[in-house]
Amino acid sequence: MKKPFDMYAPYQPESFAFRDTGKVQEILGRYPVGKQQSGIMPLLDLAQRQVGEDGAKASPVYGGWIPRAAMDEIANICNVPPIKVYEVATFYSMYNLAPVGKYLIQACTTTPCWLCGSADVVKTCEKELGIHMGETTKDGLFTLVEVECLGACVNAPMVQINDDYYEDLNVERMKSVLNDLSAGKQPTVGSQTGRKCSMALSGATTLKAKSA
Amino acid sequence: MPKLKINDTEIEVAQGTSILQAAEMLGYEIPRFCYHDKLSVPANCRMCLVEVKGAPKPVASCAMAAGENMEVFTGTEMVHKARKGVMEFLLINHPLDCPICDQGGECDLQDQAVGYGYDRSRYYESKRAVKDKELGPLVKTVMTRCIQCTRCVRFADEIAGTPDLGLLNRGEDAEIGTLVEKMIGSELSGNLVDVCPVGALTNKPYAFKARSWELRKTETIDVHDAVGSNIRVDARGGEVMRVLPRLHEEINEEWTNDRSRYAIDGLKKGRLDTPYVRNAKTGKLEKASWEKALETIAVKIAQTDKNKIAALAGDLCDVESVVALKDILDNLGTPHRDCRIDGAHFDASTRSGYIFNTGIANIEQADCILLVGTNPRVEATLVNARIRKTWLEKRLPVGLIGEPADLTYKHTYIGVGPDSLQALASGQHSFAEKIKNAKNPVMIVGMGVFQRADGLALHAQLHDFAEKMGFVKDGWNGFNILHTEAGRVGALDVGFTPATNGMDFAHIVEGTENGKVDVLFLLNADFARALGDNAFVIYQGHHGDSSAAHADVILPGAAYTEKEATYVNMEGRAQIAKRAVYAPGEAREDWKILRALSTALGKPLPYDDLGTLRQRIAKEFPHIASPDVRVVAPWKQFGQAGAVKMEPFHNAVRNFYKTNVITKASAVMTACVEKFLSKNDERKAA
Repeated sequence: MKKPFDMYAPYQPESFAFRDTGKVQEILGRYPVGKQQSGIMPLLDLAQRQVGEDGAKASPVYGGWIPRAAMDEIANICNVPPIKVYEVATFYSMYNLAPVGKYLIQACTTTPCWLCGSADVVKTCEKELGIHMGETTKDGLFTLVEVECLGACVNAPMVQINDDYYEDLNVERMKSVLNDLSAGKQPTVGSQTGRKCSMALSGATTLKAKSA
Repeated sequence: MPKLKINDTEIEVAQGTSILQAAEMLGYEIPRFCYHDKLSVPANCRMCLVEVKGAPKPVASCAMAAGENMEVFTGTEMVHKARKGVMEFLLINHPLDCPICDQGGECDLQDQAVGYGYDRSRYYESKRAVKDKELGPLVKTVMTRCIQCTRCVRFADEIAGTPDLGLLNRGEDAEIGTLVEKMIGSELSGNLVDVCPVGALTNKPYAFKARSWELRKTETIDVHDAVGSNIRVDARGGEVMRVLPRLHEEINEEWTNDRSRYAIDGLKKGRLDTPYVRNAKTGKLEKASWEKALETIAVKIAQTDKNKIAALAGDLCDVESVVALKDILDNLGTPHRDCRIDGAHFDASTRSGYIFNTGIANIEQADCILLVGTNPRVEATLVNARIRKTWLEKRLPVGLIGEPADLTYKHTYIGVGPDSLQALASGQHSFAEKIKNAKNPVMIVGMGVFQRADGLALHAQLHDFAEKMGFVKDGWNGFNILHTEAGRVGALDVGFTPATNGMDFAHIVEGTENGKVDVLFLLNADFARALGDNAFVIYQGHHGDSSAAHADVILPGAAYTEKEATYVNMEGRAQIAKRAVYAPGEAREDWKILRALSTALGKPLPYDDLGTLRQRIAKEFPHIASPDVRVVAPWKQFGQAGAVKMEPFHNAVRNFYKTNVITKASAVMTACVEKFLSKNDERKAA
């Protein structure tokens, strides 16, 4: 569950402006004239990424989130009442309405992942990072949240960290991913056992022959 | 025109009619929560499920258009089971607090749970609780009761034009709110209570006061503006408990504004409930009997030069009392009378010059609207709602001359005063083109335009402007005056304006200072202008407001909920208000007081009951005799040619919550002013 919105929190900035105005125009241009409301979702994403970019350079670091000022700015750009943007932003779990760590760990705990040991993976995260579900580390590097199924059940258990999936996890592999991230290294994305996409655990079973 | 069968009855309906509407035409009742006649269709409550032959699943009838050869069943086993399932889901998180809920007894959920609810719950988990929202002094929220039908969201968005509410979060956390703290700054917010099918939004001043089945319901007419909204007054004993709107498609549809709904607590405060006579020695007002009060007046009038007697009729006067007062004045032989106590100058001799000629409902036929010196959102909220409805439908061009305002729809701001009218007439402003190209242009002129010295000249100028710009043509009259007071058009219709050689409002008030007026009769007339000390003032009305303080004799009258009376709305439609409760104490219906006064004066008026009085009115003013008919007036010349000053127009009403004596006495309206109008708002100074 993402953190709820708080309009009076001290971290809410006074104003927000898009840096990449070209991108904003490109997004608005995708929709017919008068239907600019459709641009709300990509613009929210753009705002979150922009804040994330700023956060990576800040000290302590933080990850991408959407301030109230950004939502109001988007409402302004799309020419809709602010509440229309608030509705969308609060509905989707991927829009963060409060600051998060630079690495947002979204651990799946839905049935298939849980059967494959997601409880251990979560425990590892909590122990390694010294935080509980929904909390952020003091250095601002990690936030841990629980999510429902992210659709990678074949490679369960898995977590999503920012834009990337890390699959086929266990205690050791989870630790190594976290260590790499703490050290500023980019861990291998995807399966941590070297499995390609969602092929069978025993290796490829079909399409073995090279195509002519 | 699809033809379909509903429960084996064939019906042909217009393209686009939903199954729910078609079923309703045949008299089949379909339960619903989110669907509302006047709002868009989100189909999110799923209560209106029906069976359609061939469809694999039950179908939400509110959102499914009737199709050719469809076979619909509204009462089968499958339908009943599906609705029971929906009801069970809705009740999972709905609290069982009906005994302490104000909606109890008139709750859609309660009613439909009787038809579709299980008699016990299969749900053992905890129910969710939702934090209540602060929506101001009019609407109380108990958000835990909300079933997320989103009617309030759509009402605020579509009808009121204040899109502040939304459905936030998702799943179990979904709730109605504003996310950021925000007041619903709408003049129509009371209707949120009506559209809410459960007890989530309820009437705050009425909270825990009464149960719906204890109330005596009287269908009557609202007098807080000149729209003449149809309302229902719910009373218990001698007390008006609440006011609800009643459906009238041509006037208020099914809405009413916050003033008519919530100002009723003003009916209980500051009332005049006994006659008063000023003691000549002490100079203080003293309680008196009716005989003494009437005799005092009779003695004074007998001593006075008849040409020095004047009368003013106020904003809440009904037609009957105005006619009775006019008859008394005619018997005395004085020409000094006026009903325009806001000091407006316009030509009252031509009816088409002072009514809303187009008709409120016909605004929907307009394809271009020009507002002159008015903010209809404040002056006549439901006219504004009608303009907004038309704007939503066809995005028609709306132009505004006068004070800039947030009208809840997009408009072109043209200018501040008469010079903008000239700019339009000469084609200098681009909006002139839009008016000329329109088939049915409508122009709405506010009372504020005439509340200045050159009002008469402006009236004439507006007449010529309307003809020149094509607002008035064969088969279409788009010239409209937006009145702000309920009693005004009726008083104008019966000719309560200065007769030959008579003085108008300004001269009468001056006359009390310079000795031209010795006796002044105020019928429900309250105004801020001070009166001279030498004149003998008689005040007849229901509230002891500013003018009553000047009075030498006070005659306690009845408020609009306490009398049978006729009011003519701004369109020239006569409507009859009914008595919901009796007037307090010694107060009496206004025409009866005047009838008694005429006897004291020695010339009894020739009517002893309301029937004869109405016959008398019908004889001279036949258009008032037929209730609820909009009597149109022929287009004629009006106004008086003269110089017009290029000063900006000012709106007649600034403070929506404080307009007449009833709203001034209302604590709820005072709370609204505090809450909704910002601290330094100039609107606060009424």
